[in-house]
Amino acid sequence: MKHYSAFAVAREALRHHMGWERAWASPEPKKKYDVIIVGAGGHGLATAYYLGKNFGITNVAVLEKGWLGGGNTGRNTTIIRSNYLQDPSAAIYEKSRSLYETLSQDLNYNIMFSPRGLIMLAQTEHEVRGYLRTAHANALQGVSTEFISAARVKEIVPIINLDGPRYPVLGGLYQARGGTARHDAVAWGYARACSAMGMHILQKCEVTGISRENGRVTGVTTNRGDIGCDKLGIVVAGHSGHLADMAGFRLPIESVALQALVSEPIKPCMDCVVMANTVHGYMSQSDKGEMVIGGGTDGYNNYTQRGSFHHIEETVRALIETFPMVARLKMLRQWGGIVDVTGDRSPILSKTPVDGIFINCGWGTGGFKAIPGSGWGFAELMAKGHSPLCDEFGLDRFYQGRFIDESVAAGVAH
Amino acid sequence: MLILTCPCCGVTGEETEFHQGGEAHLKRFGPGSADDDFHTYMFAKENPKGAHFERWRHNNGCGKWFIMARDTVTLEVYGTYPAQTFEPPQYIRDAITAKRPGWAWRDFA
Ligand SMILES: Cc1cc2nc3c(=O)[nH]c(=O)nc-3n(C[C@H](O)[C@H](O)[C@H](O)COP(=O)(O)OP(=O)(O)OC[C@H]3O[C@@H](n4cnc5c(N)ncnc54)[C@H](O)[C@@H]3O)c2cc1C
Ligand SMILES: [Zn+2]
Repeated sequence: MKHYSAFAVAREALRHHMGWERAWASPEPKKKYDVIIVGAGGHGLATAYYLGKNFGITNVAVLEKGWLGGGNTGRNTTIIRSNYLQDPSAAIYEKSRSLYETLSQDLNYNIMFSPRGLIMLAQTEHEVRGYLRTAHANALQGVSTEFISAARVKEIVPIINLDGPRYPVLGGLYQARGGTARHDAVAWGYARACSAMGMHILQKCEVTGISRENGRVTGVTTNRGDIGCDKLGIVVAGHSGHLADMAGFRLPIESVALQALVSEPIKPCMDCVVMANTVHGYMSQSDKGEMVIGGGTDGYNNYTQRGSFHHIEETVRALIETFPMVARLKMLRQWGGIVDVTGDRSPILSKTPVDGIFINCGWGTGGFKAIPGSGWGFAELMAKGHSPLCDEFGLDRFYQGRFIDESVAAGVAH
Repeated sequence: MLILTCPCCGVTGEETEFHQGGEAHLKRFGPGSADDDFHTYMFAKENPKGAHFERWRHNNGCGKWFIMARDTVTLEVYGTYPAQTFEPPQYIRDAITAKRPGWAWRDFA
């Protein structure tokens, strides 16, 4: 792998950019790998990366039915934050956020991490109390957040309307080191680093069956032939239920479409991420100038990757009260992704009923922010059989009634 | 956007008039049941790519519950039937088989 640097850009400029190499290889599948990861989204690729980097396991293949990063990783609104309520969540999300801080350097790939600050608006008395509680919890967890007044919100976000008739802004939970990153770059950066370690990233390789012998995984069936493995990591977000079905177990997960939209690009007007959970909308401005807007999930499980049309209206209607200027904007694009939602809105990082199969899913509407931390923990779980970051997120928590309830703190999609 | 016809009152409306209420035909287990049974009933979802049986309520209309068979990939509605039904009626199963030969959902097919 050739190092990317300012010097490399200058060198290539002098020779008409003929010297850039492909960022990752596209090899033919081997007969067998030590570890197969299904799903080349951010979580799958990060898992492979940390398996190699932290545990020296490099005989690894990442299998992707489409193109890498083409799932939710390339469809999300890229919000990064770690202001969760429960301790296990704070641990893994904050680990993740802190890894994002240096990820561009670690991967030698500019993932455009932009800790521009993030405000979750409190628009009802309940929310004020809820966020005060979260701010106190975060203080105990060592996550830096603060509850700020409405006046301070207005200072940070001048385009906001504080006294909307239905949902006035009463304050906000502020995380100064929250922000955004370039979603594709996160997938591409990890893929390039994995490829450099000799791992195989096999695109257009769909897993259609999982082979087992005596309760243990032996490999997978794909459209590019049978491939053997000692350990299998299932990291396929909305398709987790489908893969679990192939392995003969069920998950406490339902898959549903979540959508987002962007406006036409305009001049910089908001250098902060703002989430309005009561009205189910959130917004940030991309480096290109588009207002990036996220909405709600569909009201019923489905795999359509587009989302119900009326949610666009609901989301935009709510945002217009709080940001009157967006009423004048045209919508540029709308799209959807299939998210995997658990009952307690927390992820699953776990062993499964089949020996050798591990599953990483349930990130639902908010797993982009968790990619580095989840990969870090899940790699440890796959390599060593347990991991402090993942242990609380096992499938057994549903049997035990030991939920990690984030449906209050994270009630909305992001 | 789904356009649904309520089998209880016969009104046709768009999906915002209705509300999905989760998987249908659950076998319920209460206090004192085995952990496995309770867990399966409460948490383990079918979540299929294909035919799904689910409870819906006409909440901005007659307010009644009914059961619907819907395809989670194409969003085709295979049919609706009364909430008091223990198993999907044969004509619904046939409608699904016509589109998805060899489908399975719990013990029904
Ligand atoms: C509209 C929208 C907005 C969002 N906004 C945010 C946000 O602001 N902040 C945030 O933190 N999170 C957000 N999320 C959630 C976030 O996108 C996801 O939690 C995260 O990207 C999941 O990553 P992943 O790697 O697990 O899944 P994915 O990126 O979906 O990757 C899974 C991969 O598995 C592949 N796959 C599936 N089945 C098979 C098979 N049989 N064989 C081989 N490969 C298979 C898929 O093709 C896919 O590429 C949003 C999601 C959506 C849809
Ligand atoms: Zn009705």
